[in-house]
Amino acid sequence: MAEPGQSPMAARGLARTMAHFWMILGVIIVAFPIYYVFIASTHSVQTILRPPLPLLPGPEAAENYSDAFSGGIGRIGGVSLWRLLGNTTLIALGIALGKIAISMASAYAIVFFRFPFRMACFWLIFITLMLPVEVRIQPTYKVMVDLGLIDTYAGLILPLIASATATLLFRQFFMTIPDELLEAARVDGAGPWRFFKDILWPLSLTNVAAIFVIQFIYGWTQYLWPLLVTNSNEMNTIVIALKKMISFADADTPWNLVMVTSVLAILPPILVVVLMQRWFVKGLVETEK
Amino acid sequence: MRRTVFPHKLLPWLLLAPQLAITLIFFYWPAAQAFRQSVLKEDPFGLSSAFVGLANFRKVLSDPAYLNAVQVTVVFSLLVAFSALAIALFLAVQAEKIIRGKGFYRTMMIWPYAVAPAIAGMLWLFMFNPSFGTLAWPLRQIGINWNPLLDGDDAMILVVAAATWKQISYNFLFFVAGLQAIPKSLLEAAAIDGASRRHAFWTIVFPLLTPTTFFLLVVNTVYALFDTFGIIHAVTGGGPGKSTETLVYKVYNDGFVNLIMGDSAAQSVILMVIVIALTAFQFRFIERRVHYG
Repeated sequence: MAEPGQSPMAARGLARTMAHFWMILGVIIVAFPIYYVFIASTHSVQTILRPPLPLLPGPEAAENYSDAFSGGIGRIGGVSLWRLLGNTTLIALGIALGKIAISMASAYAIVFFRFPFRMACFWLIFITLMLPVEVRIQPTYKVMVDLGLIDTYAGLILPLIASATATLLFRQFFMTIPDELLEAARVDGAGPWRFFKDILWPLSLTNVAAIFVIQFIYGWTQYLWPLLVTNSNEMNTIVIALKKMISFADADTPWNLVMVTSVLAILPPILVVVLMQRWFVKGLVETEK
Repeated sequence: MRRTVFPHKLLPWLLLAPQLAITLIFFYWPAAQAFRQSVLKEDPFGLSSAFVGLANFRKVLSDPAYLNAVQVTVVFSLLVAFSALAIALFLAVQAEKIIRGKGFYRTMMIWPYAVAPAIAGMLWLFMFNPSFGTLAWPLRQIGINWNPLLDGDDAMILVVAAATWKQISYNFLFFVAGLQAIPKSLLEAAAIDGASRRHAFWTIVFPLLTPTTFFLLVVNTVYALFDTFGIIHAVTGGGPGKSTETLVYKVYNDGFVNLIMGDSAAQSVILMVIVIALTAFQFRFIERRVHYG
């Protein structure tokens, strides 16, 4: 391992220094686009349009952000920033909590009960992994129209809460619960609800947290689905609204407000991931999404 | 197999009902419709339709625009999957060598995971757009005629960069976990035998990581094929001149914007076959992956 004429300790120290160098370079590349948009959100349109952009925050931060929140976004996108953030939060929470609820219920039924077609039901849910919305865009859109779900929160949330992966994960976890635990509970006269509430739910909390983070991000970053099922600006998510605001051909695009909107579209999911990192990493790596 | 279960007969069906209802209404029914439409031809007014067998597929597969989309998709997916895996593996190997500050680096590396693909694309467009992109500006200064809004190759580079950037976090976390599962004693033994670090990496670490790499290869391919729709739609709109029109973007465009039903349905069915093959492939290899952690 050691180079000739160098002690192994010195070689290891050098390797470690190089490793730090590469990691810092990696972090710069990974973080720079996010830093860049944050910096841009603190400058005036004139500064943004005259490259290169300064690398430090500018004096316009307070003005840009207060303008964006007090009607600036409404002027360009036809809908207030509050509404966009509210819509997106509602959808992300609805999808994450909805997925957890129906996946847990399904897994509970499949693991703790015996009934005909039990495994057929499991496979039916599992195979949806192979039918992402991208491969059936047009007919799914037609279903949405027929059910009157266009431009509704139900339409934005409901079709996305079926979850093969979450069901799979909960099933795997429930199967590790020892038989003795269920026997003891039943001897004590606990029914399905009591057993779930007092024993299974407390044991599942880590998994629930992990799935919550992954699915909150999934909900927040949806693109194709909201694009398909919403027409009205009022129902836009912040990601879709941002896409509609951007026009390089249009000289009047208020880029400073676009940058503020970008920052606000990025920040909430990043906070969730960073603050709940422990569960997120565990959930991601252990469930393979 | 579980020995003790609850005796209820109706309750499990009630518990399964919401999930089953959603999968049947929003997954199976539309998928079945896609199959049905793919073998039908509607008259221009949509009043009647006739069975045409595989004619739609033949038409799609001999359409130069579709073949162009196939080519674009293959190039795009290979570039994204390869770059995202290579960069993430390199960084994960570096992170393994570090003792102090590992947690800090990990926290900094996971940010892009939380960024929507469409926004990832827009961030890169902000930095590299020809009119005010700060990073496009030096390219111009040194005489490179960089314009992703007009030049197909530049557009491809931009969407590949954005898609790769977003996927590095995910791959990094998996490679770090994979590396941690490799017994340190193996590497120590190799070091005692006089193997160089580089040699030990390619003969011990990389082969032991194969299950992780395989798994990530499938995930990255699926990501590049499907999840990057937002990047393409938000940044290039398939252009300039169809140079970044991927298969998924074309399905969307034909079925939803241009309303060519039969073609779009046939394209959907082809995509479905691709996903099914990839998913089956993924689960074929899952046991080996679990074996190594």
